This record gives sequence, structure tokens and C-alpha cells, in this order.
Amino acid sequence: MRRRRSTGVVPGLIAIVLSAVVFLVPFAFIVLTASKTRAESALREFSLPTQWAIVENFMAVIEARDYMLLLAFVNSTILTVASVSIMVVLAAMVGYVMQRRPSRLTPLLNALVLAGLIIPPAVVPTIWVLQGLGLFRTLHGLILIEVAYGLSFCVLLFRAFVATIPRELDEAAVIDGAGPVRLFFRVVFPLLRSVIVTAVIVQSVAVFNDFQNPLYFLPGDTNATVQLTLYNFRSQYTTQWNLLFMDILLITIPPLIMYAFFNRQIVAGLTSGAVKG
Amino acid sequence: MLSTQPLRRTAAGAAAALAAGLALTGCSTGGGDDGALNILIDNSEATGQLMQALADAYTESTGVEVELELRPGGSEGDNIVKTRLQTGDMPDLFFYNSGSLLQALAPDQTLVDLSSESYMDVVTDTFKDGVRAGDALYGVPVGHAVGGGVLYNLAVYEELGLEVPTTWDAFMANNQAILDAGETAPVIQTYGTESAWTSQLFVLGDNYNVLAAEPDWAEEYTGNEAHFADTPAAAAGFEHLQEVAEGGFLNSDYASLTYNEGLAALAAGEGAHYPMLTTALTEIEATTPDAVDDLGFFALPGTDAANAGLTTWLPGALYLPQSTEDQGPAQDFLAFVASTEGCDAQTAGASVIGPYFIEGCTVPEDVPPAVAQLQTYFDSGLTAPALEFLSPVKGPALEQITVEVGSGIRTADDAAALYDEDVKKQAQQLGLEGW
Amino acid sequence: MTTTALPRLRKSRSHYPLWFYLPAGAVYGVLFIVPTIASFYFAFTRWNMSGTEFIGFENFALFFSEPYLFQGMVNTFIYGVLTSGLKVVLGLLLAVFLTSQIIARGYLRSVIFFPTLVSTVGVGITFTVLMDPEEGLINRALAVLGVAGPGWLTDPDLALISVALVDVWKGVGLATLIYIAGVVAIPQEFFEAAKVDGASAYQNLRHITLPLLRPATATVIVLSLIGGLRSFDLIWAMTQGGPGFTSDVVASVIFKQYQAGFWGLSSAGNVVLFLLVAALMVPLYWKLNRKEVEQ
Repeated sequence: MRRRRSTGVVPGLIAIVLSAVVFLVPFAFIVLTASKTRAESALREFSLPTQWAIVENFMAVIEARDYMLLLAFVNSTILTVASVSIMVVLAAMVGYVMQRRPSRLTPLLNALVLAGLIIPPAVVPTIWVLQGLGLFRTLHGLILIEVAYGLSFCVLLFRAFVATIPRELDEAAVIDGAGPVRLFFRVVFPLLRSVIVTAVIVQSVAVFNDFQNPLYFLPGDTNATVQLTLYNFRSQYTTQWNLLFMDILLITIPPLIMYAFFNRQIVAGLTSGAVKG
Repeated sequence: MLSTQPLRRTAAGAAAALAAGLALTGCSTGGGDDGALNILIDNSEATGQLMQALADAYTESTGVEVELELRPGGSEGDNIVKTRLQTGDMPDLFFYNSGSLLQALAPDQTLVDLSSESYMDVVTDTFKDGVRAGDALYGVPVGHAVGGGVLYNLAVYEELGLEVPTTWDAFMANNQAILDAGETAPVIQTYGTESAWTSQLFVLGDNYNVLAAEPDWAEEYTGNEAHFADTPAAAAGFEHLQEVAEGGFLNSDYASLTYNEGLAALAAGEGAHYPMLTTALTEIEATTPDAVDDLGFFALPGTDAANAGLTTWLPGALYLPQSTEDQGPAQDFLAFVASTEGCDAQTAGASVIGPYFIEGCTVPEDVPPAVAQLQTYFDSGLTAPALEFLSPVKGPALEQITVEVGSGIRTADDAAALYDEDVKKQAQQLGLEGW
Repeated sequence: MTTTALPRLRKSRSHYPLWFYLPAGAVYGVLFIVPTIASFYFAFTRWNMSGTEFIGFENFALFFSEPYLFQGMVNTFIYGVLTSGLKVVLGLLLAVFLTSQIIARGYLRSVIFFPTLVSTVGVGITFTVLMDPEEGLINRALAVLGVAGPGWLTDPDLALISVALVDVWKGVGLATLIYIAGVVAIPQEFFEAAKVDGASAYQNLRHITLPLLRPATATVIVLSLIGGLRSFDLIWAMTQGGPGFTSDVVASVIFKQYQAGFWGLSSAGNVVLFLLVAALMVPLYWKLNRKEVEQ
């Protein structure tokens, strides 16, 4: 045992140094640049700020463009919460019935689910449909888009997980007089908790970080999401690297907090879902 | 696309001040539900200054509030304008380019024809050509004439005893002299993040010289009879870019430098020439006001020293979408813009000025040197509009193609031929005859 | 199965009502299936602000004749294969390393994984700055070592590969994680038996770990290929397809045509991407699944 441990020290130390250079330096660069004054950040050097301006930069970024970043955070939060909740409930319903009730439909449904994973969405025709529904350039429209694009992945997760819930539970509930709706929402859904947590976290990160769909389906400054502000601020901040990187820092923080809290669930969920799927 | 692009950048320092001026307007969309007039404009320094000045003066004289809504510039902004027009989601008025970009908006289906309005009488014919589709006229000019040529550093010219070149050969000789002096990069190019559009100037700014050699170029080009690749005068723009690049005259960091950094490098004397539109002066003034006095301007030179003229850009215009329900207040504002009061308001709000396109409007005497040089071309009548104001056809991929030429990825001949293909695509989209 | 069980089974089936498919099906059908089918129609039209006009295969002819549109297809292929290949190799090596007896395993796993979670645009902008040919941290560090760094994003031969490397930097954590789960699931008895036979570490890897990791490999390849072929965010944030057209992929071409107002051509780009993805994924899927069965 002792011998083994000592063999692991040297490669471990090398790995720590390497990982720090490859993975931590870029993040440290973001933090350091975000803390510098405008003139110092323009040098784009990897160094400690001679004068810390982290609070000033924070305030400047928040106040820029009439508090656009705050508005964007509100938009992104609504988008993420709404689309992920809808997506999870709908996908759980589908995954549950698909697993419990195999039929001639099942191969077709499987094909549709796979199609959703693989096929790149057709952008302009989607805009055309959204316009027809009066949902283009609305947050509702984008929420539904995110739901449609995220369903497949969630259905796969849920279907795999429902298989591990014994049918006897369903039958017991039915004998107790539960109808299909109560059976699902009162009995089965609560049992899905761990996979729901996984789906929520994975999809929240995906929706929050989504850039392409807001770019296409929600253009305009007034309903920008955080990823779009980053993109829009870049043209404005070409000479203010400190503010640009403060913006990056602020937008990077929510997913990192999620990760810090739910590290285990993310890892467990992603791997089990992915390997089984 | 070129003419929106220089306007896309909001110079950072002044942006805050401007944003404060526009502060209350960010959240407003749609029609004038609060009695105010809503106008969508791009987020550039130049447009913001002028429109804010017009809005303030109008409010002062009529008491009607004007709210300005900002949109991004560049092709992203084009896209927003198109989709909002299509969905009937435009504010009462919007500011947009004249020329070929306007034609891509399908104006007959989306915009109100202003040709019968009396205030259009004082708009000059030159400008009317840029907002005409068939018999209809769609826009009222905001701003003044813009030149596309070479901004240069006066101090570098003085130090090396150089003269403003009137032929391409003289320009190249100047470049060589600057290179030999060893202190300064002769020509600034900026192909960095979101700055690829700046590479188009060599081609687009050469139109005066093309027209000097081929007077019917614009018509033949529109009719698919003449092309860049088979018209030597038109291909010259691509060749010039290649010559400058091959001569080693570019700044070493051309591939990653951005537009704003390029302007800063020119003002600081790190580069001597920067082919650019004169709207760039507004951006420079916003960040480093003193630097404007250190810069001069000349037209992109051609072959004939006696006929060294300037390619000019028309300013953008205000348009009235058909979706605007109550057109009265919007028409009233347009009448104000197309009047000498409108010009005076703009003159008071902006310091970098060129000739207006409203009859009876005058320009003050004390202007920066580059603006004075711009004015001399107009005074001597040596100007011609850029191709995008003479023809509805402009390919969307020119900026990538010219970046490739400037970077040595593609030869000038190849680039001209490829751009002809790109143009063809656009012409087919517009459903023009003969393509 | 007894006769009494049959009616009960039937009865219980009705407790899984088909209308549970409806809400999801409505959203998915209207916003995904309908546009996908419509794209096959619009791809054959000249579609812009003025309306649509049927033009047959002209849009596709453009895609295959114009060098820069065609280059987008080639680049998409290169990008997809390069990123998923690197993710497989690096992910596997990292997973084997991170399941061996070393110190700070938890820390290393976290550090490698967390770029997966951060904003792609943020990563793109950050690396654009780090990869600047003169001012960038990477080339400054190389200069200290006496190496003249290349123009990562400005050299036309290198731009696409540089973006692909950043993609791998951001995504290798997920591949590693999937492989770690696969490695952990391998029963220890295999290694113990191999030890009795006197197998070396390399032989263990070659004959036990690799074959048993085939399902994980299939997952990593499929996930990263799907992601790589559709990739847009990172390329748009870093190069916007430049310099020139050298790092354009189909997804960025689609966006550019959309911005130019060429909606029909943009839809044709979608169909091209669809076919490209299907042409790669279907045989791959088939092959990977078959191998699993043979196993």
C-alpha cells in the first residue's frame, strides 16, 4: 500500500502542474484581466494587477448600456428555469410511457428521439414557423425552442431510468385506485428524483450557455440573453479588456456554482446516462 | 455592407456618455404608445451623435418626445432590420443605409413612398438616386457626404517630406519611402475580430477610377455585361491590395488588429496610411479628440494625376415603414430632418462634417484638416458615388475575399472572379434581368 | 403466464395513456419536425424578403461549385473528425491515468471537467486573446522558451485546427468522465487473472481495458461527432470563419447566408449539413452497434 502511494506522487505532481498550466491559467487570466485598470488590461499580460479595480469594473459592466447585463441575467434565468421545467416534465411523461408500453409505435418513437439528437435544426424554416405562430423574437418562442431541442436527450435519460423502477409499484398504486395521472405524478415522478436532478443540471447549463439559438430566434438588444451580451459587448469593448473579461467572469460564475454544488450528480448522471444510452 | 460597418463600432469612452443620453430608450419597442416618436438606429458613435442632436432640437421646437432605440451594426444589424420589417415590428421610423442595402429590404413591399411629399423637394438629386426604387423615393438623409479613401498621418508626411499622391505609382513610392525610413508601417490593414469589413476599401474606394476608365461600368455591371474579372479598371482594386501586401507595406499585426486599434495606430503614427471612410474621424474624435487634427485624407489614387477624384458614400437615411399606423408625427419629423433647421441641429451636435444633401444647408469654416481635404474634392467636382449607390448589386462575401487577398491566401485575379460569382448570387436573389 | 394475469396486464396498459406523448409531441412536432421537413422544400427555392420561387437544384449546385461553400463542407468534416478523434484518444488516456493510483485524483478530475460547463462564447473570446500572434499569452510563453509561435488564428492553414484544439480543451472533460465510468465498471477479476498470467500494464490496457471500453468509445465518438459537425458557437466567437473563408464550417455558412438574406440558400445549407451528418452517423452507428453485439 505504501509503495503504491509513493509511485502515485510523482505522476500526480506532474499532472497537477500540467493541469494548472492547461486548465487553470486561462481562468486565472480571465480573473486577473477583469481586475485590472483599463490601461493595464490593454497590455494583455498574465500578471497580478498593480492596482486592483475589480469593484470599479464590476460596477461599470453592470451599469453599461442601461443595466443591460442585469436585464440579460433576468432573461436568461427565465429562459433557463421555464424551458428546463417544461422539458423535464414532458420528457419524463414520454420516457415513462415509452418504457412501460412497448408497441408498434415504439420503433417510430425511437427514431424520432434519435433524430432529435442527431439532426441539426433547420434554422430559417424554424423562424418561418415561429413567425406564423407569432412567437418569433419572443422569450416564449425561445423557451419552446429550447424545450423542443432538449427533449430527446431527456427522454433517453428518463426511459433508461424508468426501467429500473419495478412495475409492481405501479400495480400497487393502481390497486389503490390511482388513475394514470395520479399514478405518474404522485407515484412514479417522485421516484425519478435523482435522474431529474441530473437532467435539470445538464440542461440548465446547456440552455444558460446557449448562444446559437438566442442569436437566431431572439435578436435585438432589449431581450438579449447573457451569452448575447458577451457577444455584443465585445464590439463595444475592443479597447476595454478589463470590462470584457469582467463580463466573461460574471457569465462564467453561475455554471461554476452549479458545478460546485452538484458535482456528484452531474458526474453520475452524465456518465450513467451516456454509457447506457 | 460596407457603409454600415464603420458605423458599427461605438467608441468605448464616449459610449458611456452616449448611453446616458439614450438611457431611457433601451427598453422601448413598437409604436408610440406613450405619444413619443420611436426611432430605431444603429449603435455607432456617428449615427448616435447626429440622431441625438436631431431629436433634441425637434423636441425643443415641437415638444414631441423622440425615443431612440439602438440596434447592433454590421450584418447582424441588417438582419435585425430585415426581420423586424418582415414581422411588422418596426418602430415609427428607422435609420438605415441608402444604396444597395436599401434595395435588399424589398422597399416596395415594406416602406412608404415619400416621392410626393413636399419636403423631398429640397433633397438633392444625388441623394435621391441612392434611395430610389423605380419611381418611388424612400428616405430622408441624415448626416453628410462621406469619402472613401486614405486617412494618413500628417506628421509622418511632414517628417519625410512626402506629398499627397495623385497616382497609384506615387502612392507606392510614398509607401516605399516610409518603409525605408523604418519607423512606421506604410499601410494599416485590420483583419482582426469583426474588422474584416475594413479590407474592402481598396476595391470599393476605387470606384471613381473605375468610372473614369469605364463610364458605363455601373450599368453594364448591373446588367451582367461587365464584371470585375474582365474589366481591368475594376480588377485594379484587388490588384492594388495584392501589391501593397506583397510589397511588405502592411503592419506586421494586420491579421489580428481590429478597426479601433487600427485607428489608434494611425493616430499614434505607428502606421502612415489607413484606407478608410471619413466616418472613422468621428470615432477617433470620440476616443482621442486631439488626434483628429493630426490626420489628413486623400482619395485612393488611380492612373491619371489630372483626374484624381474621390469615391463618395451617401449617408444613411430615415425610412418610414408601412407598418407604422399613425404616420402623421413621423412625416412631421422627416420634414424637420429635411430642412435647414435639421442641418443646423446636426452641425451643432457633431464636429466632423461634410457637405449636406439638403439644399440650402451650409457647413462651418473651421473643420479638421481631413474634412477640409474631403471638401476640396466636392468643391472641384471630382467625386463619384461608390458602386453600391449606382447599382443594387453588391455581393455579401467581399470582405472575406479581400481579407484573403490582403493575407496572401488568394491572388487578385482569382479574387475578382470569385467576387463575380458572389455578385451573381446576390443579383439572382434580387431577381434582376439578365442573370 | 397465467390466464388471470392477462386481463390485469391489459388493464394496466391503459394506465400508461398515449396522450402522455401529446404535449411533448406537439412542441417537438411543430418546432422541430415541421421546420425540418419544410427545409427540404425551401432548399429548392430562392427565398428572401420578396417571397419564394422554386429553382430546383440551383442552391445545391451553388454549394458544390462555389469554392468557399464547398470548403465549409470539407472543414466541417475535418473539424468533426479531428475533435472527436482527439477526444477519444485524450479522454481514454486521461481516464486510464485518473483511475490509477495517483494523488489528487479528485482535484484533477474536477479541473479537467469544469471547462465543459462554462460559456462557449466566453471560452472563445478568452482564447482569441490568448492566441493572439504577438500579444497573446501563448506566443509570449513560447517566446520565453525561444520558440516563435505561429499565428494560431490568423494563419489560414492553422485557424481551423486552433479552434478545434480549443474545442477539445473544452470538451475533453466529458469524454474523460465517460471513460472513467467505463473503466470503473470493469470487474477487478479480469486484472487479477491477468496478473496471475504475468501480464504487463500495456498488455492489460491492450487486451482488457480497450476492448471492454468499446461501448464508452462508441458514446464518446457519437456525442463528439454530433457536436463537432454541428459546431457553431466556438467558431463564430473565435474566427467567424476567417481569415477569409479558411475556417468556415457549414453551420457558419448557414448563418452567413441567413444574414445576407439568402434564406433559401441558408435552408439548403441545413439540408447539406443534415445529409453530411446522416452520411457519417448512420454507418457509424450501425458499425458500432454491430461490434457491440459481436462482443
